[in-house]
Amino acid sequence: MAKVSIPTPLRQFTEQKDTVEYAGATVGEVLNGLTGQFGGLRQHLFNDEGKLRNFVNIYLNDEDIRYLEKTDTAVSDSDTITIIPSIAGGLN
Amino acid sequence: MACTTGPVTSTLNNEEIHRYSRHLIMPEVGIEGQQKLKAAKVLCVGAGGLGAPLAMYLAAAGVGTLGLLDFDVVDVTNLQRQIIHGTKDIGKKKIDSAFETLTDINPHVNLIRHEVALTSENALDIIKDYDIVVDGTDNFPTRYLVNDACVLLGKPNVYGSIFRFEGQVTVLCTEEGPCYRCLYPEPPPPGLVPSCAEGGVLGILPGTVGLLQATETVKLILGIGKPLIGRLMIYNALDMDFRFFKVRRDPAWAPGTPHPTIKKLIDYQEFCGVPHASEAPAPVAAPVPEITVKELKAKLDRKENFVLVDVREVHEHQICNLPEAKLIPLGTLPQRLSELNPADEIVVHCRSGVRSGKACGVLKEAGFKNVWNVKGGILAWSDEVDPSVPKY
Repeated sequence: MAKVSIPTPLRQFTEQKDTVEYAGATVGEVLNGLTGQFGGLRQHLFNDEGKLRNFVNIYLNDEDIRYLEKTDTAVSDSDTITIIPSIAGGLN
Repeated sequence: MACTTGPVTSTLNNEEIHRYSRHLIMPEVGIEGQQKLKAAKVLCVGAGGLGAPLAMYLAAAGVGTLGLLDFDVVDVTNLQRQIIHGTKDIGKKKIDSAFETLTDINPHVNLIRHEVALTSENALDIIKDYDIVVDGTDNFPTRYLVNDACVLLGKPNVYGSIFRFEGQVTVLCTEEGPCYRCLYPEPPPPGLVPSCAEGGVLGILPGTVGLLQATETVKLILGIGKPLIGRLMIYNALDMDFRFFKVRRDPAWAPGTPHPTIKKLIDYQEFCGVPHASEAPAPVAAPVPEITVKELKAKLDRKENFVLVDVREVHEHQICNLPEAKLIPLGTLPQRLSELNPADEIVVHCRSGVRSGKACGVLKEAGFKNVWNVKGGILAWSDEVDPSVPKY
């Protein structure tokens, strides 16, 4: 079971859980498990064509999966997948 | 980097040598480093949550020229975190209030005022005179504007952003490092990510994140340590957890070459999908009818037969509420539709009218016909009907 770390802005879709665990051989399979359980998260991660959105980064441990095999990147049980959305807050 | 090379001409007088003695006795700074700080020109974009603490420390540290770009006014809700301003400053221009504090902290700093909004027209002209830009803004159009201007001018951009208990920090736009578009090629569509004003922020968080930005700025000026280039730091205050992620420069952008797609500044409102203030908002599929708080009050007084729904969160309901309203937080509305009757007249309110507008959309889609949004939410209720209801 790979661990998925949920960022604060998206916890409203995961019943406020900060980490969840899913089985899966690839990043895509693990994320499918996640969005299968928490449907509201799906539109934040994937566009209508099922492609990862450009304003959310998915990391396998400390590496951006865009520079690995994207959603086909292999995952092992000791891995952590981290979702990092862009946030703009700072001034007000 | 422009700020770490070239002749340093800024000599220190005796008062300055005394003032910076804790720097001068460190070999990593020393007199030469302190002179680099004095020669450095740093632009803080925004004198708010992030800009306030970082400007204070940069001034104290002896950064010689500090530009502040802000056109906002101090509001009481700023004081929970913007410690450059105090209660006496409410209603003053932030830039005036900030200058007073900064001059008191260090009168040797040359403060430059930019009392404007950063735009595609003025950004290059303003930023070109600085060595480093520190981005403490709060919206995606300005984030991309600052980034692109820094890419075009070759100025490092010390980036920080915050949300509730979480912060992000990285150093962008250096000679060989990534830029903001390498990290996030596109902004999220408007409305998908809540702002601090909607989502809240722990008051201390911008202090922590702003000071991390200040630390990186000073390191860049001094040319010491391991800067946060190519690494995104995520700080979670609740877990007290600092994590680091790799950020790679777009492989299509070779060091020493112009950026492949950023050629000039564009219309960032349009890029970020934000409608122009001058344009009429895009027509929505089915506009939601609105009622004013005064009309709502009259309906309640007449004891009309309708259901008032509050779609705020439980913790907001605890701050203030209308006793007649049924609380159904927006996120739970789709699952709780069965608690409402499509045949009833439904009036929905939230804090300001935005979430209740979305809730009306959810209800209409579910087949509810007689749905009304309370314009201005409970804030308007406090202003126009019952001032004893606190605003938050």
